Amino acid sequence: MSGQITPIGMPKWGLAMTEGKVNAWLVAEGAAIAAGDDIVEIETSKITNVFESPVAGTLRRQVAQPGETLPVGALLGVVAEAAVDDAAIEAFVAQYRAHQAEIGSAEAAPEPVMVAAEGWTARVLRMGPDETAAAPLVLIHGFGGDLQNWQFNQPDLAAERAVYALDLPGHGGSSKVVAEGGVAALAASVWAALAALGLGRVHLAGHSLGGAIALRMALDQGARIASLTLICPAGLGPEINAGYIDGFVRAERRKEMKAAVETLFADPSLVSRDMIEDLLKYKRLDGVPAALRTIAAAAFADGVRASVMAPSLATLAVPVQVIWGAEDRIIPPAQAAAVDAARRHVLPGAGHMVHIERPAEVNRLIAAFVAAA
Amino acid sequence: MSKKSFRQAVNEALAQEMRRDPRVIVMGEDVAGGLGAPGEDDAWGGPMGVTKGLMPEFGRERVLDTPITESGFIGAAIGAAATGLRPVADLMFVDFMGVCFDQIFNQAAKFRYMFGGKAVTPVVIRTMYGGGFRAASQHSQCLYPLFTHIPGLKVVIPSSAYDAKGLLIQAIRDDDPVIFFEHKMLYDDIDEVPDEAYTIPFGEANVLREGGDLTLVALGRMVKLAREAAESLARQGISCTVIDPRTTSPMDTDTILESVADTGRLVIVDEAHPRCGMAADISAIVAQEAFGALKAPIRMVTPPHTPVPFSPALEDAYLPTPARIIEAARRVMA
Repeated sequence: MSGQITPIGMPKWGLAMTEGKVNAWLVAEGAAIAAGDDIVEIETSKITNVFESPVAGTLRRQVAQPGETLPVGALLGVVAEAAVDDAAIEAFVAQYRAHQAEIGSAEAAPEPVMVAAEGWTARVLRMGPDETAAAPLVLIHGFGGDLQNWQFNQPDLAAERAVYALDLPGHGGSSKVVAEGGVAALAASVWAALAALGLGRVHLAGHSLGGAIALRMALDQGARIASLTLICPAGLGPEINAGYIDGFVRAERRKEMKAAVETLFADPSLVSRDMIEDLLKYKRLDGVPAALRTIAAAAFADGVRASVMAPSLATLAVPVQVIWGAEDRIIPPAQAAAVDAARRHVLPGAGHMVHIERPAEVNRLIAAFVAAA
Repeated sequence: MSKKSFRQAVNEALAQEMRRDPRVIVMGEDVAGGLGAPGEDDAWGGPMGVTKGLMPEFGRERVLDTPITESGFIGAAIGAAATGLRPVADLMFVDFMGVCFDQIFNQAAKFRYMFGGKAVTPVVIRTMYGGGFRAASQHSQCLYPLFTHIPGLKVVIPSSAYDAKGLLIQAIRDDDPVIFFEHKMLYDDIDEVPDEAYTIPFGEANVLREGGDLTLVALGRMVKLAREAAESLARQGISCTVIDPRTTSPMDTDTILESVADTGRLVIVDEAHPRCGMAADISAIVAQEAFGALKAPIRMVTPPHTPVPFSPALEDAYLPTPARIIEAARRVMA
């Protein structure tokens, strides 16, 4: 019976999340839902997001009540076909709870590891099946970000294949010394990390500066790239919000950082106190301000006119798609026009951090594109 | 990133700065421990074990046990700073500062001013403060308001292990004399502390919680109590902003004033004596700069104006508690 019953557990978004608060159910008990429907809104200390149903069926139970704070993995609700009888649902809930009580919070979440690559040390988080023939997907974050930017994407995308998210040089937990900060140098660093990880042919998805790096890698060694997903990428056109880059690099205080980071989102209320605090903690580390200045000067100086790569797309043999937030205030979505209309997805209601603001759609687009490549 | 105690955070800051800069030295009573007693090297690392491990790594040239003569070694540290070293002097209990006020108030604090900006005095004086340790009235005072009162000194009061490491590294790299206050009851508090070196700028408050009804300002160990009170108040429907100024000189008054402009209500929690203390000082600033925003009188939660009692029962009654903070919050909300 339990094959037809799907538990909705408290998700784990990001390395630090241990619990979440149920803000509101978005679907009534007894309502029919499709796979991908928003069913419950969950708030963590860092961000609020909606959780989507992984399956179609009927929301049979809202086990967790709005306002409740529960640990990762705790049962929030149950989805099943309408045909499954109530007794079976009750038994399932009881069994799930007993199992949770037994394992407690000991269930091991994947932890990032430090990888010694040529020229730098990369922090890398791997998720997904241990052994799979499918080419892995590598996620490359943007300027000032880190692998946790993919917290809503990496777990979903790792259902079918191994997914690696890495911290770029000077970012997150990676080494902070950046000798040369240009897109080509950073692409070489990522190649070195892939070599250290023993990865051959990979799918790449890059956000912002990470998009420029991924595109550079595809232009360098197209045979090793199975597909390329560019999310609000730098590098296609010359325009970039230099005020943002400068503001982020300069920000030392909460207020300055908040003002800068709010421009990343269509909905600035997503910027939480903890998000700002984490960014300030990162920027206070020895070597980080210097690394960011080096990268900003080399990769973004004079707009990005020095390295506009859109003209090279015509010669690129790698399948490429572009995903953009329609309200991106960092890099204009008009630059998406460099990619064929069929592979161009401009999502309304989202800003530069489209993969955080609209994770479900971004995940679907990446999963489908990668599967077809 | 890993979990570290406040004690480990301070130790790591000292060790990393000593590795980075050969001019950084540590001196004080028992900071190495066992001087002249064979087989007892690095026995204690100070009364709380904070400096343990420094002497074996950096040697007796850079980790100096001093006689129990604060007036002597604090003066020596200030002189060493004036002539090119970056000493971190450990003055065990702030209560003993009295015997070296001239060195601190009249010498260290004045050099930059009296020599027209041509002299710097990059000395850090680490010191323990605060009650709750059953250590009676000569080993339990706060006294940071005294140092805040003196222009030319910087005064740092970390409330967590994360802040302790970042603020101490900043203090060591700062060219002015810094008095660094460590609460005895915080040494075993655990926090996420990066392994890498980092600095937290002086004069930047930490906002630990944001709420619209009430602003709670607290320092040092009181930050924990204010947070606890704010959590309890939240369950009662009163949402608080909790601000830890981190440093009282310089002090981030902007963050406090902006928050009061939003909430209109202010409670200040200070373990120092109420007269001429930080609570009184912050009250005066807010009353002067943001009177129009206030919807209720400012309230201070402090001990009474008496020495810290030795009797455990009286000491417990003397110190601020979450219950007293909640009571003050309810009164400004009424």
